Amino acid sequence: MAATTNTMIIRNGYVFDPLNGIDGDVTDIFIKEGTIVSDLSGAYERDAIVIDAAGKTVMPGGVDSHSHVAGAKVNAGRLMRPEDHYKSARIKTDITHSGSGYTVPSVYKQGYDYAAMGYTTVFEAAMPPLEARHTHEEMRSTPILDMGAYMVMGNNWFIMRYLKEGDLEKAAAYVAWMMRAHKAYGIKCVNPAGVENWGWAKNVHGLDEPNIHFEITPREIIRGLAEVNEMLGLPMSLHLHANNLGHPGNWELARDSLMITSGLDAKNRSDLEWAQTRESARRKQTVYLAHAQFNAYGGSSWRDFCSGAPDLAKYINQVDDVVIDSGSVPFGPATTMTGDGPAQHDLYMLTGQKWSNCDVEMECGSGVLSLVYMKSSPVHSVQWAIGLEVMLLVDDPWKTIMTTDHPNGGIFTSYPQLITWLMSKKARDDTAKECHKWAYDKSSLGGVDREMSLYEIAVVTRANPARTIGMAYRKGHLGLGADGDVTVYDINPEKLDLNDTPALRAKLARPDYTIKDGGVVARKGEILAVPEGRRFYCRPYVDEGLEKEMHADLKEWFKYYTVGYANYPVPDKYLTNPVAIPVNSPQETIALVRR
Amino acid sequence: MAEILLKPKGSIGIMVEAEVIRPDLFAGKKKEEIEGLFLWQGPKTLPLAEFFDVDIGRAGQTDEGKPEETSIIIEGDVSRVKRIGQGMKAGRIEIQGSAGMHLGEEMTGGSIIVRGDAGSWTGMEMRGGQIHIKGNGADHIGSAYRGSWRGMTGGEILIDGNARSQLGGGLVGGRIIVAGNVENFCGIRQSGGLILVRGSAVRGMGAEMNGGTIAICGSIKQPSPGFVEVGREENVKLGEIQLDGWYTKFAGDFALGKNPKGTLYCREG
Repeated sequence: MAATTNTMIIRNGYVFDPLNGIDGDVTDIFIKEGTIVSDLSGAYERDAIVIDAAGKTVMPGGVDSHSHVAGAKVNAGRLMRPEDHYKSARIKTDITHSGSGYTVPSVYKQGYDYAAMGYTTVFEAAMPPLEARHTHEEMRSTPILDMGAYMVMGNNWFIMRYLKEGDLEKAAAYVAWMMRAHKAYGIKCVNPAGVENWGWAKNVHGLDEPNIHFEITPREIIRGLAEVNEMLGLPMSLHLHANNLGHPGNWELARDSLMITSGLDAKNRSDLEWAQTRESARRKQTVYLAHAQFNAYGGSSWRDFCSGAPDLAKYINQVDDVVIDSGSVPFGPATTMTGDGPAQHDLYMLTGQKWSNCDVEMECGSGVLSLVYMKSSPVHSVQWAIGLEVMLLVDDPWKTIMTTDHPNGGIFTSYPQLITWLMSKKARDDTAKECHKWAYDKSSLGGVDREMSLYEIAVVTRANPARTIGMAYRKGHLGLGADGDVTVYDINPEKLDLNDTPALRAKLARPDYTIKDGGVVARKGEILAVPEGRRFYCRPYVDEGLEKEMHADLKEWFKYYTVGYANYPVPDKYLTNPVAIPVNSPQETIALVRR
Repeated sequence: MAEILLKPKGSIGIMVEAEVIRPDLFAGKKKEEIEGLFLWQGPKTLPLAEFFDVDIGRAGQTDEGKPEETSIIIEGDVSRVKRIGQGMKAGRIEIQGSAGMHLGEEMTGGSIIVRGDAGSWTGMEMRGGQIHIKGNGADHIGSAYRGSWRGMTGGEILIDGNARSQLGGGLVGGRIIVAGNVENFCGIRQSGGLILVRGSAVRGMGAEMNGGTIAICGSIKQPSPGFVEVGREENVKLGEIQLDGWYTKFAGDFALGKNPKGTLYCREG
């Protein structure tokens, strides 16, 4: 039997595989030893597990490209919220750990909950370099999921110094070394220039406002990091958490931030073997805006607060080099956590809720706050509307990704609820009736008739998150050579009833099968197997001489750190099943990485 | 009225968690069914009959299954049994000895009377009904769970003896009346409801409160610094309760914000 492990045939399902242009065709999916193949024969065919998916919806395994699931601030959220854990406990089974936590679950519960919902790949959205060990430790303990983490760079002293000096090459050398040292997957930029100012109880409020000491502007940092990103040719574009997050009237700044990278070429120089797809699986964007909802606000104060999403969407509709994720607000308890220290302080002043704040030496900062989004609140109701507008008003689903910025806008287990709102106008209208009237009065959502199809849902929850972060070489689709990650929902697209939203929600929440690498990990929400996931990170190459020069600077400034240089990098032993992606290798050394 | 007698069978080692001892769960059940309900002891689940003799009276079955007409009488000391009456909606529980922790936690209706003392977290986050403790109460009576700022929202807790610290923490609604003394941080983070202490308090009274009322008939050994005197009142009326004599009225806690809406009455003299 050893020859046929993780071999499977999923028969007669309605398949939704946007990267291969498959829109609900009834077809079979074959998985051989964990990888998608075109057919099975011989012993493989004979011994394959066969799943009858007739009358059911088959999609690639879910991919979450922006979620806060591992690291110091996530753990701070757990520690400061015992009340969040008390009432949501998970009992251990023969193969699973116990766990607790509603908005910030324990690592085990997170892995099980994602898998039970049909997701197999989740990327941690913000890893401060100094907290990389902690982040990797938590990812190592997260069961089932394939993961990676984006490194926070927007207020890093070395980056700000090199960019101010105009030394892009050294900045690139620094980023490359940091990604290798900390096993990071992509570059995250959080409130560029602003978080550094937070050390002096200040922030920046415009793209051309220089910060204290470094005297660099957000615009210079965004442009510089995006150029570094494309110089190295990272799989993912710059991931931007824009300035002025969470403030009324911030949509214009978000739009202007997205313009900064226009004109750059999206270059993915990773040396990988790509699975087959009909559509291009390579990213087109040069900037990926995080949680657009929090940066699509109109008005000038909380009194005249309104949606700025139509204006932001108008810009995104005109360009091809932007992808956003939504950061939608599904109501209910949340724990906001971000590297944007000043934004969290503003939220604390507004709400008076429990708040924690942290300064990460020469790198970044963070804040954590507990919050409940209420339908009775006018502002929260508009936030709910904006979180759906940014998805529905951007015409091309290949520019949007569905998230809740877990656990900031809401928790990831609300995704099924979110999908029903995107798919059904009636579901939105029903919720709007329960909300404060601002929900429709201060947004355009009431006039939006668009209802996403299952195909579009597959784009915004699978294909596009994978393509945007450069994981579509193996994730987010069912082409030959892709990972055998599949979700089978008990949804018959021919008999889809968009008026019965509770039933749709229940079916999306508990798929019939979640399949990871050709093995069933969850069946109707019950965890059946607990394989260990992979940890992806990039290993960018730069000229050795350049790197040496950069290291001289690095060592000189290392005196400001509380850690020693030798203890700074994360050793390999912190990663289970690491997958290092070579990037920007010199031509003569390229040997395609086989898995 | 159906009466179910539970008699503890000797002493208990590891504390038992007995959230199934609830009138609304007992109602309409046969003796054997009640005996078969599971309790937690450490990592094990064991039947109720392991710890209690069950006497259901002549009928052999509790009548009708009406929770509001079901009464559970525990004849003895259950101070090592936690969570009795947790989440109960109706009916009555009488404990003739002392009760363990989390008694009547999150209850929404019905009544509990304890002839002895009650453990910590009694009436935690309760929403309705009444708990009457004839003896003393321990810590966190009628408070919020750790980390939460929303405690008891309705109902009533009466304590004939003393209570320890954090009484009514995060109180949102309902009332707590203590005949004796309290210790530290009574009414911390209170935002509504009433706490009346007939005796004295040690310190931290009403710390970070932002609403509701606390009245104390004795004295506060170390008053909280964030309270400001706003006047004097004679024969203060709190609902149907009338307090005799002169009281100084304070507003607070200004340590929390610029315009706190908490009221603290302290008897003069």
